Amino acid sequence: MAELSDKAREEFFSEAQEIIETLSRNLLSLDSTLKAGISDPSLINEAFRAVHTLKGLAGLFGAARLGALSHRLEDVLDDLRLGRIELGQGVLDVLFGTVDAYTRILQAEKSDSDEELDVEQLFAELERIGAGATEHESPVTGYELDPGLLAVLTEYEEHRLRANIDLQMQLYRLRVQFDLSTIDKVLEDMKERAKRHGEIITYLPTGEATSADTIELDLLMASRDDLATLIGSLGADNVVIEEIPRRARRSHPATVPPRRPTALGRADSVHLQPDLERAGLEPAASLRSLTQTVRVDIRKLDHLMNIVGELAIVRSAFGRVAEKLRGEGQRKLAAELQRLHRNFDRRLGEMQDGILEVRMVPLGQVFDRLARVVRQISREVGKEIRLVITGAETEIDKLIVEELSDPLMHMIRNAIDHGIEPGQGRVEVGKPLAGTIALNAFQKGNHVMIEVEDDGRGIDLSKLTEKAITLGKLSRSEAQEMSRDEVLALIFLPGLSTRESADNTSGRGVGMDIVKTNISKLGGVIDVHSETGIGTKMTITLPITLAIVSALLIQAGKHTLAIPLSSVSEAIAFEEAAVRLVDGREVITLRGQTLPLCRLDRLMGLEIAPDFASRRRFVVVAALGQRRLGLVVDFLYGQEDIVIKPLGKSLSGVRGFAGATELGDQRVGLVLDAASLIEEVLAGIEAPRMLERARG
Amino acid sequence: MLRILVVEDSASMRSFVRNALESDSRSSAGVDVVEASSGFEALRLLPRGPYDLVITDINMPDINGLELISFIRKSELHKATPVLIISTQSSERDRARGLSLGANGYLIKPFSQEVLQSEVWRFLPSGIAQAKPHG
Repeated sequence: MAELSDKAREEFFSEAQEIIETLSRNLLSLDSTLKAGISDPSLINEAFRAVHTLKGLAGLFGAARLGALSHRLEDVLDDLRLGRIELGQGVLDVLFGTVDAYTRILQAEKSDSDEELDVEQLFAELERIGAGATEHESPVTGYELDPGLLAVLTEYEEHRLRANIDLQMQLYRLRVQFDLSTIDKVLEDMKERAKRHGEIITYLPTGEATSADTIELDLLMASRDDLATLIGSLGADNVVIEEIPRRARRSHPATVPPRRPTALGRADSVHLQPDLERAGLEPAASLRSLTQTVRVDIRKLDHLMNIVGELAIVRSAFGRVAEKLRGEGQRKLAAELQRLHRNFDRRLGEMQDGILEVRMVPLGQVFDRLARVVRQISREVGKEIRLVITGAETEIDKLIVEELSDPLMHMIRNAIDHGIEPGQGRVEVGKPLAGTIALNAFQKGNHVMIEVEDDGRGIDLSKLTEKAITLGKLSRSEAQEMSRDEVLALIFLPGLSTRESADNTSGRGVGMDIVKTNISKLGGVIDVHSETGIGTKMTITLPITLAIVSALLIQAGKHTLAIPLSSVSEAIAFEEAAVRLVDGREVITLRGQTLPLCRLDRLMGLEIAPDFASRRRFVVVAALGQRRLGLVVDFLYGQEDIVIKPLGKSLSGVRGFAGATELGDQRVGLVLDAASLIEEVLAGIEAPRMLERARG
Repeated sequence: MLRILVVEDSASMRSFVRNALESDSRSSAGVDVVEASSGFEALRLLPRGPYDLVITDINMPDINGLELISFIRKSELHKATPVLIISTQSSERDRARGLSLGANGYLIKPFSQEVLQSEVWRFLPSGIAQAKPHG
């Protein structure tokens, strides 16, 4: 590296000298702690860092011999600090040997001498120590640790965390406000005091600050002492100490978990955690790996869920047989079977909940990916964007999460491209320079809602209508009669985009129709709300899981159909006299609101079965998002849990049905897809057309 | 004038980076290299931004590079500032973490001044380099 000045080389040699001195000091301290029978992991880490830096510099300044020794020594120190090698007197002797070698090498490099430096034996010894390294890392589990904190741990910090957990230490979070001008000194002092109680594992700036001169850090600390002791020793006005809770154990088999997945516990990936303590296993510092988690292919869970589905059908059959026996006067036998049925039912419910729980993952997984995309796009298009995420901990079926990434990415892309105004434009209308995109998730009953909201210019309704007319999607007179919400819904038609032309910076024309199709494939709906000049909010409503569905079994004409309960809000008695005609559409009034009707038997082209002709009929109110539709049915059988099976290729294009299911008595019933049914009917597509399409 | 923050605990490495950046012919508009010798110093210097680029080591005492990147991405002023990691081959896992925390690229030590220069210009506003008439 001839281009490097003498001054730079001089600087390098003096720094190398300093580093070797640091290493030497560290080894001496290690020696005394080892003899005193105490361990201070930070000493090994400092030695490692010193040699690590030296290795980088040696490469930069072409000091090959210095580099070769540093390389070997770094490997050994890395193994030591990560607990792969035990530090003993023998190892320490070899390490001291390197300080001598360094001094000789540095002398030779300085004087540009090529003399042989007999380091072969030292190298061989380092090699031998390294060969004894063993890997026994287990995943970090057992504590409710913030994933954001885990993500910034270096390999060493993660190892220290693990080592402390293995030693049964309690973890604490110290939130500390530091004055930036004195942080070094104050923190050094705090570290000294903390050493008496345990170890500070990492320091993470929270990004929150009360003023420009202060900074807030989260310190992760492991200690044997209790909270009160720590507060007594480390507490101050600027310090808040909190105990990090241990992860809750799985519920005991004797307790009955809730039937529906609304109260699922936290599981941030597909993990199975056996209860180590109950199993009598001591998390000892042995070489035996104590794996507490198992990665499971989601297909295996699907398979298990399918079996549960089949068992659910067996269970329903039990119920029917019991009913039949009772009908035939076999009361004793019927009661016995009924008891078995209830027991089976409860266990099956627990099993179902257990499998569902394992499938649930937090939405944060996909949100994190989106945050990176936002940063990238905002830089590409030169707009400053602030992404605000709430509810990242909301859990949803793993399979849904996988499918959400693309639709959400398209929505965010649209918001940045079309929604958020360019910086100058925003300032002119009195908005902050940076546009805000909010990504909110929350659970609502058996649904998960995801909102994508921007504070941009809003959707231009007149442009949207014009575009739809130009594309022949609607006539001018139709357009005039449309409500605001109906106009907004036009963006979900293929080929509509509020921009006159796609610009060339990115793949534009991402169709909201595709987004909508993908969302409805997941059993969800998407609603749009927009205010000119204020912004646009898209709301996605999704079922919490795809695996198993509670459904209402109904009779329509000669057919028994299932309607997923997640899309049913209520069922009421139907009164023919209450039906009114509005715009040629049958409606009734339900609690002051107009409810459009859909006569399922007519829609399906089914004749009314004679048994039901004279009976009282019902209206099942299907609701998804903001929209509601009353389905007129002939009979309600009640609620059952069903596993939806796909219709097969030849029928896969048929809208209105989500699939088929076995009905317990070996019959097959169709499952209504309430989402697409509501779409089709409310979009004004008449029944015969839908049927034609289904037949074609 | 381009402002670049270099966070690195080794003084020689900082000088090396400074020399590479200041001697680059493309930076005729001028480069202001701001040096931080520790994570703390970087935390002190960041509010005095904005910077056009942050170059950071990972393996530093107390506030390490990963914590710094995470802080930069959380901060209003710097969340869009490009971050280049400089680390050694052995820090592969930590480097990958850095990228997933939002760093934009990395260089493996040792590197030549030329490699550093061409990598750095990938992240700088090219307009400044090109706007200068007749090169």
